[in-house]
Amino acid sequence: MKITKETKIDLFTRMVKVRTFEDQTEKIFMAGKEMPGFLHLSQGEDAMAVGTCANLEINDAIYTTHRGHGCIIAKGADLKPMMAELFGRIDGCCKGRAGSMHFADVKTGCMGSNGVVGEGMRLAVGTAFAQKYNKTNNVTAVFFGEGATGTGSFHESFNMAATLKLPVIFVCSINLYAQMTHKSVHIAIENVAERAAGYGAPGVTIDGNDVELVYEEVAKAVKHCRAGKGPYLVEGKTYRHYGHYIGDPCNYRPAGELEEWMKKDPVVLYEKKLLKEGVLDAKGVQQVKDECKRLVDEAVEYARKSPQPEIEELYKDIFA
Amino acid sequence: MAVREITCSQAIAEALAEEMERDDTVFILGEDLTSNGGIFCQFKGLPEKFPGRVIDTPISETSIVGSGVGAALTGMRPIVDMHFADFVTTAMDEIVNQMAKIRYMFGGQAKLPMVLWAPDGAGISAAAQHSQSLESWLVHTPGLKVVVPSEPADVKGLLKAAVRDDDPVIFFQHKRLFKQTGPVPEEPYVIPLGKADVKRAGSDITLITYSRMTYECLEAARKLAEQGIQAEVLDLRTLKPLDFDLIARSVKKTNHVVVVHEACLTGGFGAEIAARIGEELFEHLAGPVVRVGAKDVPVPFSPVLEQYVLPQVEDILEGVDKALKRQRQVLFIPRAANVR
Ligand SMILES: Cc1ncc(C[n+]2csc(CCOP(=O)(O)OP(=O)(O)O)c2C)c(N)n1
Ligand SMILES: [Mg+2]
Repeated sequence: MKITKETKIDLFTRMVKVRTFEDQTEKIFMAGKEMPGFLHLSQGEDAMAVGTCANLEINDAIYTTHRGHGCIIAKGADLKPMMAELFGRIDGCCKGRAGSMHFADVKTGCMGSNGVVGEGMRLAVGTAFAQKYNKTNNVTAVFFGEGATGTGSFHESFNMAATLKLPVIFVCSINLYAQMTHKSVHIAIENVAERAAGYGAPGVTIDGNDVELVYEEVAKAVKHCRAGKGPYLVEGKTYRHYGHYIGDPCNYRPAGELEEWMKKDPVVLYEKKLLKEGVLDAKGVQQVKDECKRLVDEAVEYARKSPQPEIEELYKDIFA
Repeated sequence: MAVREITCSQAIAEALAEEMERDDTVFILGEDLTSNGGIFCQFKGLPEKFPGRVIDTPISETSIVGSGVGAALTGMRPIVDMHFADFVTTAMDEIVNQMAKIRYMFGGQAKLPMVLWAPDGAGISAAAQHSQSLESWLVHTPGLKVVVPSEPADVKGLLKAAVRDDDPVIFFQHKRLFKQTGPVPEEPYVIPLGKADVKRAGSDITLITYSRMTYECLEAARKLAEQGIQAEVLDLRTLKPLDFDLIARSVKKTNHVVVVHEACLTGGFGAEIAARIGEELFEHLAGPVVRVGAKDVPVPFSPVLEQYVLPQVEDILEGVDKALKRQRQVLFIPRAANVR
């Protein structure tokens, strides 16, 4: 598969956008006053989000996890309401009711992050059923971590999607940990993708830090799904730079592990690659970064100006 | 007896260390337990002290509870960790259809000595799926004992009783009380399930409560005292079995009742208490039994909205006002002056 120059720049731009948003979010959260609750950030897993979503159209659906900002940005959601949501403000995409963990932006096909590990997979099956039933030729991608493969949700959803031949792309980001617990403690096999065979579907394991590779593999999955052949599993090996949540002391990580993975930072790797290939020059790279910074700064400004929800908001959208 | 100040987290770890020491059929099953002694450090020190008895499982509350039931059937005493009480939802069959019913369905052939430990409650901007108080669901399922402690001393004594109990016990630990400190005796002790506790004596009105709301009620009682109203604060500690005797004693003394809980109002445990008081203590009531609970909405992320949803001291004071204002127009209400 030949990836065009436009696509390369698009992949890079989306990754920088994700990364800039996450980095800025981390700073504001750590400063302590403006962002309530807790945050699970996705720096390090940017290539999985971007490589997947770059294959999707606006009417395709995604489901994400508690670590879902990157996927939602990559899918095309506007940064302003996202940032306002993290501030708990009324102009947030969910009117300040959701926060980081329950982000949704239905108009761009972001059907929800989830606070309940694995649950997005069950909902994805239903969305894919509707896509098939209505012959829209759309697909549903569902993101999850390796921890979620321990849930019944994973096995049951995969089996159901396979038996009903539904267009679900299962995207598993292996970031080595479920909270503080290493993958080897709760998964008895090396590659989760092997499990797909047990349900009669294809599964591949790839380097999740190589955005072009993710893009190419998910392209195959999308084609498979659009052709009505049922679900497909893409497993990418990656890493979360900041631990489980922001503030995680990460005392369970072996010495040197983070440093090794930082050498494989997907955004840095891709920048180098594009420079080397001459797709972008240093100025071009800087332009992308400046533009993303401008967008994120605007989003922060927007969030800061947005009012707190009024008490009357409490009883809207609840009918029982 | 020597006493020192410790947190609820420390009380939990102490209780379990003592029970695991005493009885090697006790073990703990759950997610993410060994790396830091649990996500709230509630099991700190136990994985090292009891190797092979604090077990990290895959993420599957379904299987954690289900396998707990299977082990308990053989006479083991599992403690299953739910991580967050909200996730009981993913193990509802195991809890409601298996754990609660087996002992009875089997005609008593087997005991089911297990504890389901679950941190509940709101107030940390954790949003709708990590902030619930779900005790009413489980109280409504015959076969389950339900514990909802407040102070560290109660946490310790009740958890030990829960581990020793031959029936399944649901132990709700409020998330915002992990760091709550309180005096706890040095010597080992057990607090039997089904005994409420008067946290503050008073003669004018009874505030019936449990879990974190105990502290809010004590604060409300201090404010009421400034106005010359002496509120009695009754911490139920366990909802099932329920210490209705102590409730009755208090109501006979004060003739006025407000029930306060953090769970949402409709169908909450307050409704059960109000109904029973109405049925059994009608003659002793001088006013309506008032309930104070959370608003009937999923807990929102926004701190402004969350604060409004949860009962605050002002809401309790308002409830007291309502309870005292609407006096019954009857000639004589028996008042037991000297009962405690
Ligand atoms: C049903 C359920 N059980 C437990 C949790 C607590 N929890 C939150 S994130 C997490 C680990 C998830 O690990 P993984 O699926 O690998 O995703 P990652 O955090 O690594 O992105 C756990 C156990 C939860 N949210 N939902
Ligand atoms: Mg993980």
